[in-house]
Amino acid sequence: MITKRIIACLDVHDGRVVKGVQFVDLVDAGDPATQAARHAREGADEIVLLDITATHEGRQTLLDTVRRTARELFVPFCVGGGIKSARDAEQVFTAGADKVSINSAALADPTLITAIGASFGAQAVVVAIDARRDPEAANAVRDAQVFVHGGRKPVGRRVVEWAREAEQRGAGEILLTSMDSDGTRAGFDCELTAAVSEAVSIPVIASGGAGTVDHFVDVFARGKADAALAASIFHFGVSTSRSLKEELARAGVPMRLPC
Amino acid sequence: MRVTVIDYKAGNLTSVLKALVHLGAEPIVTDGDLLLVESAERIVLPGVGHFQATERLDATGLTTAIRAAIIRGVPFLGICVGMQWLYAGSSEAPQQPGLGHFAESCARFTEGSEKIPHVGWNSLEVRPASRLLANVEPGEFVYFTHSYKAPVTADTAAVTQYIEPFAAAVERDNVMGVQFHPEKSGDTGLKILRNFLSWSAEGAA
Repeated sequence: MITKRIIACLDVHDGRVVKGVQFVDLVDAGDPATQAARHAREGADEIVLLDITATHEGRQTLLDTVRRTARELFVPFCVGGGIKSARDAEQVFTAGADKVSINSAALADPTLITAIGASFGAQAVVVAIDARRDPEAANAVRDAQVFVHGGRKPVGRRVVEWAREAEQRGAGEILLTSMDSDGTRAGFDCELTAAVSEAVSIPVIASGGAGTVDHFVDVFARGKADAALAASIFHFGVSTSRSLKEELARAGVPMRLPC
Repeated sequence: MRVTVIDYKAGNLTSVLKALVHLGAEPIVTDGDLLLVESAERIVLPGVGHFQATERLDATGLTTAIRAAIIRGVPFLGICVGMQWLYAGSSEAPQQPGLGHFAESCARFTEGSEKIPHVGWNSLEVRPASRLLANVEPGEFVYFTHSYKAPVTADTAAVTQYIEPFAAAVERDNVMGVQFHPEKSGDTGLKILRNFLSWSAEGAA
């Protein structure tokens, strides 16, 4: 039986894993290669490395980080942050990533999705969408809006429509972050996740809002998510992907166990 | 041990190469040097993406060289599209013939309520005679990402269920294929690659 995926996410700045709330008050949390290997060993089904370094010099550091992280990592490995062109993507793939996650660059130039997919396959292209419900709209979920720059700037597109377009242009997966839920620990936005998941045939990875194991149960059941990003939950009581997955399995969610 | 890895410009070879290196093999990549196929000790044909990309194998003469190597008894492993290529063809690119080592053809998953592609970790029901999947226990998981699949036949080495049962692995003597990505399937995947690297004709029961 196909299982639901628990994806460990590492935020990386200047070659180091960082922890912080909304990218503020960053605390050093170790070496990306070591942390990725630890997550894989502890049962994560996939690793996402999100580079939050904005500088040009940071790109070279990132490629070194990806190379070191990928070397001994034998689960799917996705890299996001700052990928603006097919050339950027190619460098990240050559360094050892299996997938790239693109966000604002895909909005600025949707043909980038197709271009990366043509060389590396659709399965290698994850389109990340930062979403907020539109409280003004008749249907806050159906009319939820796409945002960029960490949820500060609307781009004037509906989330569900953009997800569908990304799929048509050759995206392999959607990484959906609810900016309303992100950082709240009050649960994923299950209605929005379900709306996107039902609109596309490709997998949807839910992100933003996880605080308890029940939130994951919810996003897989009501939210119809295929995978969920686990980040801050590891700081709040649940120590590893394995223990999270064991609890989810007890709640009836199909999981890769033992892992 | 030298392993000739075929590059036909279908996706990224990096993951396969580093898994082989991790297991102590010495991968040598070729995108058309037929001597590297003619002298190959073992051959791996990776590949993600569209079945049409395999036309490059025909254009470069690699198809003919690989067929000859298989007849010589060289152990061969196709991964993902590389496995599908072992069949007569795929409905993904009906005009593009496969190697035809296995007579059947690959087809898209049946449309319905389930998502296509099939992406994620799924379990294997391993047939007892499989040497490629030796020591893979019931309930071990491997990582898939694909929309087309091969049918279950007498040559099937493992069956996976998604929408319908399909061949997760195929095996007849020295010719083996896996629909999943062993290089991305954790310890289970490394175990399967290790089985391939230690495969020998003499090892047959």
